Amino acid sequence: MKARVHVMLKNGVLDPQGEAVRHALGAMGFDGVQGVRQGKVIELDLAEGSSEADVTMMCEKLLANTVIESYTVEIA
Amino acid sequence: MRAAVVVFPGSNCDRDLAVAFERAGADVTMVWHKDSTLPDGIDIVGVPGGFSYGDYLRCGAIAAQSPICQSVAAHASRGGYVLGVCNGFQVLTETGLLPGALLRNAGLKYICKTVGLKVETSASDYTNGYNAGDVIDIPIAHHDGNYFADPETIAVLKGEDRIAFTYTDNPNGAQADIAGILSPNRRVLGMMPHPERAADAGHGGTDGVALFRALAGALTTA
Repeated sequence: MKARVHVMLKNGVLDPQGEAVRHALGAMGFDGVQGVRQGKVIELDLAEGSSEADVTMMCEKLLANTVIESYTVEIA
Repeated sequence: MRAAVVVFPGSNCDRDLAVAFERAGADVTMVWHKDSTLPDGIDIVGVPGGFSYGDYLRCGAIAAQSPICQSVAAHASRGGYVLGVCNGFQVLTETGLLPGALLRNAGLKYICKTVGLKVETSASDYTNGYNAGDVIDIPIAHHDGNYFADPETIAVLKGEDRIAFTYTDNPNGAQADIAGILSPNRRVLGMMPHPERAADAGHGGTDGVALFRALAGALTTA
């Protein structure tokens, strides 16, 4: 079983890296990019029998810092 | 005063911190991240600066899950003192011993320079060697020192007089100019600037010495 976790900075938390990417895109001539948020994707290869609840626990305890980040879990 | 300094793979201020404690009169023991217990009778644990575990995942995140950090948390919950500097501050927020988080610097650059810090409170065993309102010069060296917490948490920190130091000229975008904060019992201090790098005339400044002396005063008579 595979799981994919998306971790993003929460709305309202300034994302200076996303802002830098937005500025760079503008400077390259890509008009109309109004916002960029940068996050990360973590792929987990899990033993059969693992559950989405296990992955959620991993997110809460390690993969995301819920003070500043939100996460979503996709089970493939 | 008996101090332990934690060493993670990637710590690089551990020896500086140990020397600063020793100069203040402490017996210092270095403890390895895989150790599951602290030596007996430790008064204060120093969590040093550096790049624990290569800053993988998030700064301090992997270190916060290491065996020694369970013991550090238990030490704090018994009322023990913990000083986290730079990466150590990041580790303490990741363990939940201190609120908030340290984000990438607003200007995206790693900043290494001496900055002015305003002592916001002298009411702690770390800061009672200063007067509230004093401005001291302490070096910073970080890429992720931009303190973030929700507005309610900031209000609590202010209301409980738990902001230890603020930047006089905010270098990294930190909310409320916060450079260092205290736990509710005022025995856990996390700060991004490095007092151990301003602890010898050879460093170019000695404004950090008063912090270690204040600690020694509190923990030697205790």
